[in-house]
Amino acid sequence: MQVIVKLRRLWPIRKSRKDVGDDVAEGRDQTILHPFWVMVEKEASDLVRSWRSIILLALMTLTCFGSLYTAIQTIQSVDPTSDELKSFVFLRLFTLSDGTLPSFITFVGFLGPLIGLGLGFDAINTERNKGTLSRLMSQPIHRDYVISSKFLAALMIIAVMFLSLGFVVMGMGLWSIGIPPSPEEFLRMVLFLLLSIVYVAFWLNLSILFSVRMKQAATSALSGIAIWIFFTIFYGMISNMLGSAFYPGETAAVSEQIGYQHLMLFLERLSPNYLFNEATTTLLVPSVRSLGPLTTEQLYFSIPNTPLPLGQSLLLVWPQVTCLIAATAICFGISYRLFMRQEIRSRS
Amino acid sequence: MSEPIIKLTQLTKKYGEHTAVDRLDLQIQRGEVFGLLGPNGAGKSTTILMILGLTEPTSGKAVACGLDSTRYPMEVKKRVGYLPDDVGFYEDRSGLDNLVYTARLNRIPVTEAHRRAWELLERVGLKEVGHKKTGTYSRGMRQRLGLADVLIKQPEVIILDEPTLGIDPEGVRELLELIHRLSREEGITVLISSHHLHQMQQICDRVGLFVRGKLLAEGDLATLAARLFIQEQITIELGMETDNPESILEQIRAFPDVIRVEQSGEYYVIGCSRDLTNDLSHAVINSGAILTHLNRRQFGLDEIYHRYFEGGETHAGDRQAEKAMANT
Repeated sequence: MQVIVKLRRLWPIRKSRKDVGDDVAEGRDQTILHPFWVMVEKEASDLVRSWRSIILLALMTLTCFGSLYTAIQTIQSVDPTSDELKSFVFLRLFTLSDGTLPSFITFVGFLGPLIGLGLGFDAINTERNKGTLSRLMSQPIHRDYVISSKFLAALMIIAVMFLSLGFVVMGMGLWSIGIPPSPEEFLRMVLFLLLSIVYVAFWLNLSILFSVRMKQAATSALSGIAIWIFFTIFYGMISNMLGSAFYPGETAAVSEQIGYQHLMLFLERLSPNYLFNEATTTLLVPSVRSLGPLTTEQLYFSIPNTPLPLGQSLLLVWPQVTCLIAATAICFGISYRLFMRQEIRSRS
Repeated sequence: MSEPIIKLTQLTKKYGEHTAVDRLDLQIQRGEVFGLLGPNGAGKSTTILMILGLTEPTSGKAVACGLDSTRYPMEVKKRVGYLPDDVGFYEDRSGLDNLVYTARLNRIPVTEAHRRAWELLERVGLKEVGHKKTGTYSRGMRQRLGLADVLIKQPEVIILDEPTLGIDPEGVRELLELIHRLSREEGITVLISSHHLHQMQQICDRVGLFVRGKLLAEGDLATLAARLFIQEQITIELGMETDNPESILEQIRAFPDVIRVEQSGEYYVIGCSRDLTNDLSHAVINSGAILTHLNRRQFGLDEIYHRYFEGGETHAGDRQAEKAMANT
């Protein structure tokens, strides 16, 4: 609540020229943006103009259309009377794949981090190396504006990018398969897009953290990419290795088996990628009813092959979403603290 | 005397064991041009950062424009302009954009910001390149743009950290002239840090010698010289064509104000406590010799600086090091 009040106060307020100072000539009223929003505006326009956002956008657009194409191909090849197409056809646009190209959610899970890293890796250290940080800091602005405005600007770009791409995919899908989405499907898709934004924001904050800590932009980019590769490629291998080491054997008691399953889940859920995959799959595939092991007893009275309602799906992924938001907040907190304690000197 | 615009009392900054600024007391009056002189690493930049409230002092107090820099950094930064050493700009933006951005951070309306930016660009001689990206600017142009950037918020005090570093002599001359004019015309107080003594000599009303976190001496040039007990204020270079130089030199040595006479290359170097140019030329011409060269060298700050180390230090090693630093 306090955050909202604070943001509200930061929001551009119309001020008459007289308030600004006596030296300003009297004239018509003019909007004066709060310095924080001036900075956000500048950062956002920097990002929009930069080559990397064009490259990242091109990459995302390509994957978007690629996955959309395969999804449509698959939907068209499936028997129209089959069970697969009975419900939530529209959501399959995001999840289906014929095996040649990954589905949209896989792409987002894989490329999202790259976008986050790409937009944030040089946020602070480039300002420092170019000698603009000390000039900026000598203006009457609070120090945290620098880091917050960069985060907010990049987040805005990411949000615009994802929402527009998501809606483009929906529109193209609507046009090609001709089945309109139900309100629930639409809501699920919007929630998926919002979740993707949170996920990318996590990587964005991680890269901002590196940009505060590392003096060189190249080092910070490399560290970010290293972590990304670690989680997408190596983390699965490592958790599998650990898993086979702890495996109690097929003859073990049920409680041991369940304990083992929980351990494996816990290990895998340490990776933000896994959390994101769990959450998106649950949101876009309504028939997913649980993210952990289910005993036969728990499945009593359940009607097989019925999708969960949206509220229940949301409830199911709530912990994952909370974890992602928390990870984002922690990264931002650390970089904020590091940055506030750093000495601002010219080019050092 | 009115309230000083910058007042430092017992200002100290320590980085672990190392003391960067050591119990510094300094007062700068409104409207004056003050030169903070010292070798690299003397603590000049740290002092400036503390005045601006960008770094917290370990102890002591910095007051700028009547405001405590540590407690009210925002208010201080509204009134004090700071040109960092080797200033940088957003390179893919034009000089104008950079200025307007700074202005808007100071809550100046956009139209007003544009007006002021053009005015200042004209003033610092960058009007033709105002729309060019700052990435294409030379170093001298960047420093001049930096000066415009500092002035756009119409500050009471401007602090320039090594503004002349890495600029060619002509650029330095222009920049110093610009600073001088600003301080005279607008009544802006200027604090310049530098290790270039001759340049400071040209524009500063007062200078402070700053070495290893301590202010060794402050005052105008005459006071400084007097404080450092140096009688030899003026050096004159003399060149003449004559068969019998010794008799003329004998005459010169007889002047009461002459302290030393030395031969250096083809010229004679005469150190004296007051300006003897006229008397010397008369002496040479009256004895029938031809005067080929006469050059009065004002007492240089670097000589003060140099002499201070020659007399004031006990460790020969340190002295050598500092001399080397002073020379760079």
